Amino acid sequence: MSIAVIAIIAVGVLGALLGIIIGIVAKVFAVETDERIERVGELLPGANCGGCGYAGCADFAKSVVSETATPDQCPVCSKEDVQAIADYLGIVAEEKEKKVALVRCSGDIPNTVRSLYNGVRDCRSAVLVAGGAKGCDYGCLGFGSCAEACPFGAIEIRKGLAVVHKELCVGCENCVAACPKELIVMVPEAATTHVYCNSPEKGAAKRKVCKTACIACRKCVKASGEEDHMEIDGFLIRTNYENAPGPELVEAAGCPTTALRVDTLHAEGAYEGVTK
Amino acid sequence: MSDKPRKFKGGVHPNDSKALSSRKAIKEAPLFDSYKVIMHQNIGAPPELVVKKGDTVKKGGLLAKAGGFMSVPLHAPTSGTIKAIDKVPGPTGISVPCIEITSDGEDEWGSPFEPISDWQTADPAELKQRIWDAGIVGMGGAGFPVHVKLSPPEGKTIDTLIINGAECEPYLTADHRLMLEQAEEVVLGVAILVRILGLKTGVIGVENNKPDAIEALNKVAGKYNITVQSLPVNYPQGAERQLIYSITGREVPVGKLPMDVNCVVQNVATAAAVTEAVLKGQPSIERVTTVTGKPLVDPGNWKLRIGTPISKTIELAGGITEQPAKLLLGGPMMGIAQSSLDVTVMKNTSGVLLIAQDEVSQYTSEPCIRCGRCVDCCPMQILPATISQAVENKRFDWAEKLNVMACIECGSCSYSCPSHRPLNQQFKRAKVEIRAGLRKKG
Repeated sequence: MSIAVIAIIAVGVLGALLGIIIGIVAKVFAVETDERIERVGELLPGANCGGCGYAGCADFAKSVVSETATPDQCPVCSKEDVQAIADYLGIVAEEKEKKVALVRCSGDIPNTVRSLYNGVRDCRSAVLVAGGAKGCDYGCLGFGSCAEACPFGAIEIRKGLAVVHKELCVGCENCVAACPKELIVMVPEAATTHVYCNSPEKGAAKRKVCKTACIACRKCVKASGEEDHMEIDGFLIRTNYENAPGPELVEAAGCPTTALRVDTLHAEGAYEGVTK
Repeated sequence: MSDKPRKFKGGVHPNDSKALSSRKAIKEAPLFDSYKVIMHQNIGAPPELVVKKGDTVKKGGLLAKAGGFMSVPLHAPTSGTIKAIDKVPGPTGISVPCIEITSDGEDEWGSPFEPISDWQTADPAELKQRIWDAGIVGMGGAGFPVHVKLSPPEGKTIDTLIINGAECEPYLTADHRLMLEQAEEVVLGVAILVRILGLKTGVIGVENNKPDAIEALNKVAGKYNITVQSLPVNYPQGAERQLIYSITGREVPVGKLPMDVNCVVQNVATAAAVTEAVLKGQPSIERVTTVTGKPLVDPGNWKLRIGTPISKTIELAGGITEQPAKLLLGGPMMGIAQSSLDVTVMKNTSGVLLIAQDEVSQYTSEPCIRCGRCVDCCPMQILPATISQAVENKRFDWAEKLNVMACIECGSCSYSCPSHRPLNQQFKRAKVEIRAGLRKKG
């Protein structure tokens, strides 16, 4: 017999033997998987952003199937997606209010006082050097730690200011923890009008370092009349998100520093250079 | 103790630029109209305010009392009225609470305690209490309450007192001038500390680029049984761990304190403040600060009261001849860059440094070329290049494993890096993140 024939037979027998062993092992040690987990996982966005609080989409799918979590806990899923998962699992989907990120600062480079900073281009590092390069202790540093943390590319750094593109934001909250100045809050998607300032300093002190700071003149509070649209918080006015105002308030109030803005226009850059 | 000090591994030799101010005698600063005394000047708990707006205070009067054992009281730098409890930019750039005092021009002394002239027979506990009451903190930079260092916990014994007169930081000459002009006060302060700790002697370590200071100290040291040790010039010779190693040969393990190797380290300025508190009954309200830099007309050393705005100190130095690029509190290696002239002098402000446009390098950092210079010069013998990589990838867990927490932030690595990598800044970031992580875990 030639060597080739021996080799073919030997490998053939070995192959057959191992095949049989694998077959037995697969039967005996079979892992029972719930096919629903896989299916729910497919229905989820698959971005593994962690916005739900679970370690990625697969983990969340497991929790949803085992009913320790509800599909609406996924901040990324649209209403229809949540409904699809609920329908598949035969549970009732709860209504949820979608939230988006808001960077409460309008101090871009032309509007604020800045000092030269020549270190690591990262907000969390910059803040360790004299609190960042901005005149305002509370403002956006503009080195993009939040933009880097966003898995959906919803934050743009424009002229040294982080701007959220609402239509891209899914509300995973990754940016909230990334900001060393705690500037980012989650607000209802339906709210359109916000105060883009977070400095609790007195008006005059704020204006010294930023042209677009909220000086708490209360024009917007008055313009909203009886309606409780705006809240006063020391030397700062904030939108009352329980009862958010419509975009017409910006026109009606005539904010002297343009700190009160409509979010979509702010994202487009419509307020640039309009400060008084 | 050997006569020849050991050389610690690593270190760098930056141009010390001390000639700008080392021959300028300490001058008393004039009385200013107002002082903004930053409330929290020590490591540990902030003091508790005891005055309110509109109160009148005497020079040396109590402004705030200690808010716990890890805290020291705060005293008024001059007599006058409390104008406001306001905010000023702190040395780290974040606004911090301060007490604004409008001077009445009298500068009337109203010390809350009497001098203890018989310190050689006085109870050590009484002396220690006086140091606490006088609000003395480590004046070398950290601002650690001195009485805490003098109170070793149960089971820890102290056998060596080291006084840090190395002043290895470039540009700074405040300690140098103090040792030269007030040698007796420094040595006396050391003797008082020796008595409190129940030791026989103490060692003052001075870098040998200050031979005049060593000579001045030696003249009086014998009288009080204090030794003066000359040290080789090597930055960071004045860092606590490196100083202990040079003088005693003991290595302080990572995460441990000098008291774990039976040592206490104090700064020479602290020793002088101890003398003032004990023998003159003066609380800690002033310190010698070097105001220096090429852009200044007349750099020098001034005795400044706490709460003096930095803008005034620059006026004292004759103003500027050219637009400076950077303002630092402290020296060029470890000092903190400032963005405001409203920052005020604190108990641990050893220097105000202006750096000219042509002296500062505005560079972009480039990739690591793995030359290993940072590893050679790291006095803590960690691996800056590798840790830098970990931090760049936000792998703070990895950085922690590589002992980034041992970093003393001396800046030798950044100084020696040919790729201008911001190593020190990255390590500071990593340390903050790791500490925040630990706090979260509880």
